[in-house]
Amino acid sequence: MHTMIALATDDPSVWSQIFGFQNYGELLALVKNSIIAGAVLGILGGLIGPFVVKRDLAFAVHGISELSFAGASAALLIGANVVTGSMAGSLLAALLIGVLGSRARDRNSIIAVLMPFGLGLGILFLALYKGRSANKFGLLTGQIVSVDNPQLTLLLVISAIVIVGLLVVWRPLTFASVDADVARARGLPVRTLAIVFMILLGLATAVSIQVVGALLVLSLLVTPAAAAMRVTSSTLWTPVLSVIFAVTSVVGGILLALGGGLPISPYVTTISFTIYVICRIVGWRRSKRGAYDRRTLVRVGR
Amino acid sequence: MTDERPPAVLSLRSATLAFGQRTLWSGLDLDVAPGEFLAVLGPNGTGKTSLLRVILGQQRLTGGSISLMGHEVHDGSREIGYIPQQKPLDPGSPLRARDLVGFGLDGHRWGLPLTNPGNRARVDAAIAAVGATAYANTPVATLSGGEQQRVRVGQSIVGDPKLLLCDEPLLSLDMAHQRGVSELINEQRTRLNTAVVFVTHDVNPILGMVDRVLYLAGGQFRIGTPDEVLRSEVLTEMYGTPVDVIRSRGRIVVVGAPEHGLTHHVEPRAPHGPISPAGGAL
Repeated sequence: MHTMIALATDDPSVWSQIFGFQNYGELLALVKNSIIAGAVLGILGGLIGPFVVKRDLAFAVHGISELSFAGASAALLIGANVVTGSMAGSLLAALLIGVLGSRARDRNSIIAVLMPFGLGLGILFLALYKGRSANKFGLLTGQIVSVDNPQLTLLLVISAIVIVGLLVVWRPLTFASVDADVARARGLPVRTLAIVFMILLGLATAVSIQVVGALLVLSLLVTPAAAAMRVTSSTLWTPVLSVIFAVTSVVGGILLALGGGLPISPYVTTISFTIYVICRIVGWRRSKRGAYDRRTLVRVGR
Repeated sequence: MTDERPPAVLSLRSATLAFGQRTLWSGLDLDVAPGEFLAVLGPNGTGKTSLLRVILGQQRLTGGSISLMGHEVHDGSREIGYIPQQKPLDPGSPLRARDLVGFGLDGHRWGLPLTNPGNRARVDAAIAAVGATAYANTPVATLSGGEQQRVRVGQSIVGDPKLLLCDEPLLSLDMAHQRGVSELINEQRTRLNTAVVFVTHDVNPILGMVDRVLYLAGGQFRIGTPDEVLRSEVLTEMYGTPVDVIRSRGRIVVVGAPEHGLTHHVEPRAPHGPISPAGGAL
């Protein structure tokens, strides 16, 4: 496990800061909670991600996360529970976007209006906050290493609600996401489903922020799904691969970050990005090879 | 009345639809019987698609009433099969032809998309009925327009609907596929005794199948068999400008009809007005 340090011939101090594995066993015991939280959030992000991509809501995730940041920093300022504050901000943003922005163009401008407002509020609250500055930075870039037991329970409960909610609406939500006109003609409550999904997305964003921070939420809620959709078209394998990619990114990121004393988010985002690049290359090579055989895509994906 | 026709699938009574000052149609009485094929024709902006939206409960009538299977219309219905215009699907969306057809059967049910064997057999049968078995497991986005519309027909009939609503399903298909897809729709309505309401700007691909025509133009409408409605005198009267209906080699060409149906606001055109595009579009 010490081999990574040996690579750092030029400047050992930087490398050992990025990859340090001294006393790894003891550290591991300390972050057990974080790893559990990370794995659950990976499952959550992996499951909700394909819907975010299908419904074209990547920008909405970013908008929600900035208002979530505002909520969290307000909570920090007044000494309330940060997760609760972050959730209040998320849900408010998700509902506003869901109710006002049913059409893509309206939605994007509403998000663009909300986002800087949320970020501005967040900066104001943090500037007024007199506590530890590590807490401030953590809201934007992730703070999971300090997850304590009550917080962990809250994260797990919210994640479970979102996962169960997703499983319940899975089929009609898929129908409404990929084929809205026909779904509506068949009597599906397309609009209600859209609002329900925004609430689930708001909750998912709020809990994801606790791991990777407001600025990097997309790496958990969008990148794994986008990567999975590069290599498979199967309705079964898309969420399965997406979950595997998301869990690998978060848990892998936590494990790698452990020794170095740096925030975990760069590790999470880098792993998640690397997986995406690999999937793009795999998908590209496969489509080149099977350019005239469209069935290839499915056969490999199933 | 010794008429022993079965109760109508769709009934409109004195139905009126207006947007502000503009009345698209008024006093429309229409009964569509099971197994009947009704073509809705007319230029753009005369309320063909709005009529479908009324049937789907997405648009309220300004006056009169509508009932579906003897009941009020709601926002969509499981008794309705719906075939939309062909449009390109997002190439990245993970959806096979089989999944799209399956949605027509149980897309409304909660839970995970796990299909039970009975439903899978029905989906397979619908796929086979529209000749899509060879590409049942192919991503829909990679199919050609004609193949996609075949899959759409499969999706629309798999739930045994009482009424099939077709919104320009042949648009953007080539002639061969227009014929193939419309024959498919006709076969299914015969097999299942489903009523068909087919909105189109070109009656030719479905001319041999249509029982009745609802022609909308100039704020007016005419209902009847194609031979009764698609005549120079009838259309000239509706458009308020000389229109020739020419029959040639089993096709119908309308010459002189304004592009838009609002003849009240359109200056009469030169005697030889624009010939509608695409070889006799109506």
